[in-house]
Amino acid sequence: MASEYTTTEYIQHHLTNAVMCTTENGIAFNKACSDAGFWSWHIDTLLWSIGLGVLFLWVFTNAARKATTGVPTKGQAFIEMTIEFVNSNVKETFHGKNALIAPLALTIFVWVLLMNLMDLVPVDILPSIAGFIGSSAFGMDPHDVYMKAVPTTDLNLTFALALGVFFLIIYYSIKIKGISGFVKELTLQPFNHWAFIPVNFILESVTLIARPLSLALRLFGNLYASELIFILIATLGLWQLPLHFPWAVFHILVLPLQAFIFMMLTIVYLSLAHEDH
Amino acid sequence: MNINATLIGQAIAFAVFVWFCMKFVWPPLLGAIEERQKMIADGLEASDQAEKDLAVAQAQAAEQLKEAKAQAADIIEQAKKRANVLVDEETQRGHSEREKIIAQGYAEIDAERNRAKEDLRKQVSALAIAGAEKILAREIDKDAQADIVAKLVDEL
Repeated sequence: MASEYTTTEYIQHHLTNAVMCTTENGIAFNKACSDAGFWSWHIDTLLWSIGLGVLFLWVFTNAARKATTGVPTKGQAFIEMTIEFVNSNVKETFHGKNALIAPLALTIFVWVLLMNLMDLVPVDILPSIAGFIGSSAFGMDPHDVYMKAVPTTDLNLTFALALGVFFLIIYYSIKIKGISGFVKELTLQPFNHWAFIPVNFILESVTLIARPLSLALRLFGNLYASELIFILIATLGLWQLPLHFPWAVFHILVLPLQAFIFMMLTIVYLSLAHEDH
Repeated sequence: MNINATLIGQAIAFAVFVWFCMKFVWPPLLGAIEERQKMIADGLEASDQAEKDLAVAQAQAAEQLKEAKAQAADIIEQAKKRANVLVDEETQRGHSEREKIIAQGYAEIDAERNRAKEDLRKQVSALAIAGAEKILAREIDKDAQADIVAKLVDEL
C-alpha cells in the first residue's frame, strides 16, 4: 500500500479500470473520458482478457499440433486431461449432436479460469508496474494510472460472455424448434391454455433472461467481492501477511469452481435449448 | 463499473476465441485422444484373442501328444507281438527242419544198411554156395541137390 493514499483512495484506485476514449482532441484516457458515455474502452480488461485468451489458444494449439496417438508427453497428457474433463461433462449433460458445444465449453472453462487466476496475483504488483511505466515513460501522475488486472471483475466482460451464451440459446432454440416452436415454448408453458398466454410469456421471458443475467452477475459478483477482500486485506499493514494466505488458499477452490459453474450452466442452458417439448 | 464499448470488444474476442478453438484446437486433440483410445481397445482385444488362441493351441498340442503316445504304444505292442510270432514260427520251422533232416538221415542209414545186408547176404550165400560147392563137388551131384541149395539160399 502506497503511503501517500488514504485507504478509500487506495481501494478506489485499485477498483478503477483504465479507460480509453476518443474526444474532439483525439484519444484520451481515464478522467478525461468521464463523459465519453458508452464509447469508452476498458483497456486493462481488454488487454488482460485477450492476452490470456491468446495464451490459452497458443498453448492448446501447440499441443494440438504436436498431438500424437502414441504415448503422450506430460504436457500433452495435461492438455488432454483438460479436454477429457470438459468432454465428459459435455457428454453427460448434452445429448444432441453439436460440434460447437464442447469447444465452447472448453474455451469458457480455460479462459475464465485463467482470468480468475489473475486474482491470485498480489494486488499491488500490476498497478505498481503500470504506475511506474506510466510515470516514467509518459510522465503521468502514477495516481492517474489505473490497472485492474482481473478481467472477470469487469461487468463488461462477464456480460459479454453471458450475452454470447444467450445469443446461442436463442439461436439454437429457433434452429431446433423453429420460430413457432420457440414462441410456443415461451407462451404455452407452464400452463397450456390460450388464456394463460400473457402469464406464461412473462414467466418464460423472466426465466430466459434470468439465465444470462445470473451467469454474468454470479461470476462478476464472486470475483469482484474476492478482489475487494484482497484489497481490504492489503490495507491492514502487517496483519495482511497471515490473512492473505488463507484467503488465497480459499480461492484456489473458488476460482476454478466459478469457471466450472459458468461452463456447466452454459452446457445445461444449451442442452435445454436443444430439447424439443 | 459501468457498461461501455468494452462489452462489444469482449464479445467479439469471445466469438473469435470460440471459433478458433472449434476450428484448430478441439478436433485434433479429441481426435488424437479417441484414436489412442481405439488403439488401446484394439490392443486389449487382440491380447485377449491371443490368450484364447494360446489356450486352444495348448489344448490341441496336449491332445496330439496324447494321441501320438497312444499310437507309439500301439506300434510297440504290435511289433512285440510280431516279433514273438516270428520267433515262434522260426523255432517251429527249425524244429521241423531238424526232424526232417534226422528222419532223412535215419532213412538213408536204413537204406544203406539194407543194401549192405543184401550185399552181405548175397556174398555170404555166394560164399556158402562156393563153400558148399567145394564140399559137395566131392560128394554130391550138383544138379540133384540144386533144390536143397536153393532152399538154403532162401533161408539165408
